[in-house]
Amino acid sequence: MSGAILPARGPGDRLTALFWRRPWVLLLLLVSPPLLWLGVVYLGSLAALLLQSFYSIDEFSGVVKEEFTLKTYAELFRAQNLDIITRTVLMAAAVTLASAALAFPIAYFAARYAKGPWKAAFYLGVMLPLWSSYLVKVYAWKLILAKEGILTWAAERTHTSWIIDGILSVPGLESSSLSTSPVGTFAVFVYVWLPYMILPMQAALERVPVSMLEASADLGATRAQTFRSVVLPLAMPGVIAGSIFTFSLTLGDYIIPQIVGNSANFIGMAVYQLQGTAGNIPLAAAFAVVPILIMLAYLTAAKRAGAFDAL
Amino acid sequence: MRSDAPRAPLGLKIAALGGLLFLHLPILLIFLYAFTTEERTYQFPPPGLTTQWFGVAWGREDIWPPLWLSLRVAAISTVLAMILGTLIAGAMARARFFGRDQLSLLVILPIALPGVITGMSLRSAFGVMDIPFSTWTIVLGHATFCIVIVYNNAVARLRRLSGGIMEASADLGANAFQTFRHILLPNLGSALLAGGMLAFALSFDEVIVTTFTAGQQSTLPIWMYNELIRPRQRPVTNVVAIVVFAATFLPILAAYYLTRGGSDTAGAGK
Repeated sequence: MSGAILPARGPGDRLTALFWRRPWVLLLLLVSPPLLWLGVVYLGSLAALLLQSFYSIDEFSGVVKEEFTLKTYAELFRAQNLDIITRTVLMAAAVTLASAALAFPIAYFAARYAKGPWKAAFYLGVMLPLWSSYLVKVYAWKLILAKEGILTWAAERTHTSWIIDGILSVPGLESSSLSTSPVGTFAVFVYVWLPYMILPMQAALERVPVSMLEASADLGATRAQTFRSVVLPLAMPGVIAGSIFTFSLTLGDYIIPQIVGNSANFIGMAVYQLQGTAGNIPLAAAFAVVPILIMLAYLTAAKRAGAFDAL
Repeated sequence: MRSDAPRAPLGLKIAALGGLLFLHLPILLIFLYAFTTEERTYQFPPPGLTTQWFGVAWGREDIWPPLWLSLRVAAISTVLAMILGTLIAGAMARARFFGRDQLSLLVILPIALPGVITGMSLRSAFGVMDIPFSTWTIVLGHATFCIVIVYNNAVARLRRLSGGIMEASADLGANAFQTFRHILLPNLGSALLAGGMLAFALSFDEVIVTTFTAGQQSTLPIWMYNELIRPRQRPVTNVVAIVVFAATFLPILAAYYLTRGGSDTAGAGK
């Protein structure tokens, strides 16, 4: 019998035979273009960033000196720069906690109670704000928080202006309006990153088997007890996965604190200003390394807590 | 199955719906403000309503070049990301190989790390290598973080696809390219399209990385960002905000309907 193996009809067939005999050839063909792109463009750039952070700037001429030095990193430990780092990390932590608290009811309802069209509505309801334009969302909050904006108007109508005035008179938060107060910055951060917390949380909550909740109830646990000792521990990987996003995104953002808030400096803003107007690329690079280190530590801790299974 | 579905406690229902409203109401406000007659402040409620700002925005010469640049960058970045993302997905879905986990980390890293790092890194690299800013320096950044979007969509679909149909195709005498053309591509099509649309939306309104890679050029988000810091005609900015919103909203909605019903619904992660 000669027809069992068809003769090769062209280069396509011959290549197919090669792929079959040596699967790694095909794998190599598939992997090399993206690997080259990411390796050269992304890792190459990260390397350039690291390299620049070990250079320094000549204080008199403002020219970058291309010699290895730790001087630039030492500058990070100046009081004003440490201030920036602490402020950013505290803000990121506060935003993460607030997002988790706000996200939980939405994620829990969507995962456990929403059915059929409601499920789709909740999914779209979270996904659309997640994907819609970041700048437009920030801009919307500029409108909301403005002194002559909707929030002040609503507070006057409901005679609750004292709440806003009260918040704005707290030491450290004082300002003429919410849009120039750190509270405003915080609110916008929470709003913009909230969907990033909801989705992984919901994914984790959907994996909690109903039978476990029933077993917990059968064993006499109250709702609160079931929540605390069954739901919460099982949802934790999702919470941590979400917190990676909210934390990391807040850590590096520079648009929001620039548009809303009292223009106190954040890491992202420092990087932006140093590379732009100040022209101090080495210090900007060193500043950019800080969130990388913080996120690496955070990711290591999260990996240990099993958060990556929920991504 | 129990017939009586569990009912949500009232408090939870209120908190969940309130949360959803919190996510959506602010965006609606943009639409209202595009019609306000008040030009200098963000006064609420608007003293009057007018549609003149759409005409004014249309006539503004400084809006069109950024719009074209944004569209061009988004289109090129999307095409590049679709090619590269599909290739990685093909490799990842096929086999386990040395460095597989590292590669998947490398794909995710550009969006897992804050955008300011990607931007600053590219800026450093351009500085070190003396590369002048151009459309291509913007594309370089955008394509890099768009790869993961296409990859996520493609790899989810590939995992769901049974390997049997590829073997059947081979048994029937198709070579690798015919199998790709007639089996793989039709099955992958809608996932790729969804990924491409999400990538387009992401690129079109990206501002954080772009400010580092654009130099003196201005994309539409950069134009908007400048208007936010130094406002000129506020309602015109609102009109542009609506355009940007629509340009990202519609592809996202389309992507959702393209992949709806599977376990791989698009947009579950950004």
